[in-house]
Amino acid sequence: MMWSWIPANWSQIWELTRQNAFLGIVSPLIGLVISLPLGVVAARWRWFYPPTLVFINVIYAIPSLALFIALIPAFGLTDTTVVIGLTVFSLCVILPNVVEGLRGVPGPVKQAATAMGYGPLRRLVTVELPLATPVIIAGLRVGVVSSVSLASVGQIIGVSSLGYLFIDGEQRDFPTEIYVGLFCVIVLAVVCDLILVGVRRVLTPWASGRNRAAGERPRWVLTQRAPARVT
Amino acid sequence: MSFFSYAWDWITTDANWHGSGSIPQQLVAHLGYSGLPLLIAALIAIPLGVLIGHTGRGAVFVVNLANAWRAIPTLGLLILLAVYLGFTLFTWLIPLVVLAIPPILVNVYEGVAGVDPGVKDAAKGMGMTPWQQVIRVEVPIAMPLILVGLRTGAIFVVATATIAAYIGLGGLGRFIIDGLANTQYGPVAGGALLVVILALLVLGLFSLLSRLLVPAGLRGAGRDNQ
Repeated sequence: MMWSWIPANWSQIWELTRQNAFLGIVSPLIGLVISLPLGVVAARWRWFYPPTLVFINVIYAIPSLALFIALIPAFGLTDTTVVIGLTVFSLCVILPNVVEGLRGVPGPVKQAATAMGYGPLRRLVTVELPLATPVIIAGLRVGVVSSVSLASVGQIIGVSSLGYLFIDGEQRDFPTEIYVGLFCVIVLAVVCDLILVGVRRVLTPWASGRNRAAGERPRWVLTQRAPARVT
Repeated sequence: MSFFSYAWDWITTDANWHGSGSIPQQLVAHLGYSGLPLLIAALIAIPLGVLIGHTGRGAVFVVNLANAWRAIPTLGLLILLAVYLGFTLFTWLIPLVVLAIPPILVNVYEGVAGVDPGVKDAAKGMGMTPWQQVIRVEVPIAMPLILVGLRTGAIFVVATATIAAYIGLGGLGRFIIDGLANTQYGPVAGGALLVVILALLVLGLFSLLSRLLVPAGLRGAGRDNQ
């Protein structure tokens, strides 16, 4: 470990971290934006969901490098290629959680909202989506953490990320650079994860203490169904 | 030209099917480089997951392990080992085995721990020994999730073995990495398509396995997981 390398290359490390964060955060956010309407449709019209799950399983099986390569003719060796690839993978993790979250809203709660005169749209936006938020954010967390880590694979096709430190470190036979890359990816993932935990606390202040503890378990099971990709 | 036409042109070129480093050779190599780590990981993770699920000890460890797993950049780990060890059997085998363990372990644990306590009591009440309870009741009931875990592990090793071509491993990833180095898109696209086909075959294999191995009484209930 050559510690002096780190301050000497600080600006480059920061720039690569920023780029990696962009790829790893924007993609799952786009995935979330696409998942919400699809999830609402799948939660309401049940026949829509099983074929969607099959589709998600098939997409999920595609290795990330192969997906990036398949997107090259259309989008070139650009950020767009990696962002689209990571968006697709994030979608696979987030969409099931949106559906399960919406389905998990208790029937009596929905009936109460209807009895209070809420229309379908108002009920969805002000009752069902807020109650589904913890489960949706659980999916988003998995999507963000794995996208941050997966973005480094994009370096193989030349899209800049912290993966540069791996590949450059290998070519120069310089472990310090690889350690710094690993450290930055993991720290970035953990920081993003913690931010999302904070967002969940702010958005769902009622889900604290005992209620939250009760909510942990189904959420955990949900993440198993669509485990994140790491390569 | 699109991805598929590049890939198709390259795959249907006769010369790519003969000699050393040909498509059939790398395909078989890729199966070996994926199958061996998966087998070792399964031999470690399945008994361990059953044990943790049955006793409930170590559950927190498994949950945290699975969360940490997602953050690990596989490429970085492979390259780090390659820089220290050079290219040896262990350079690629160790990370593939170690990283294939968490998804299998977590699902096996979840499956076994999630068995209805009433069913476990009934098994005990029928006079089954703890060993019989595990083998004849808990594992069959957990089978859908065990297969999900193995499928996730299999998909993971197929994808990671592709990336391991970067540090010198053979297999279909060779076409991709060498093609990128020579800026030829044909083998890159062809290799990528073959990897996708292989991954989909793995998926098909597991859906077949779940038909064969999941007890008939569970099939309807487990369908949502597949």
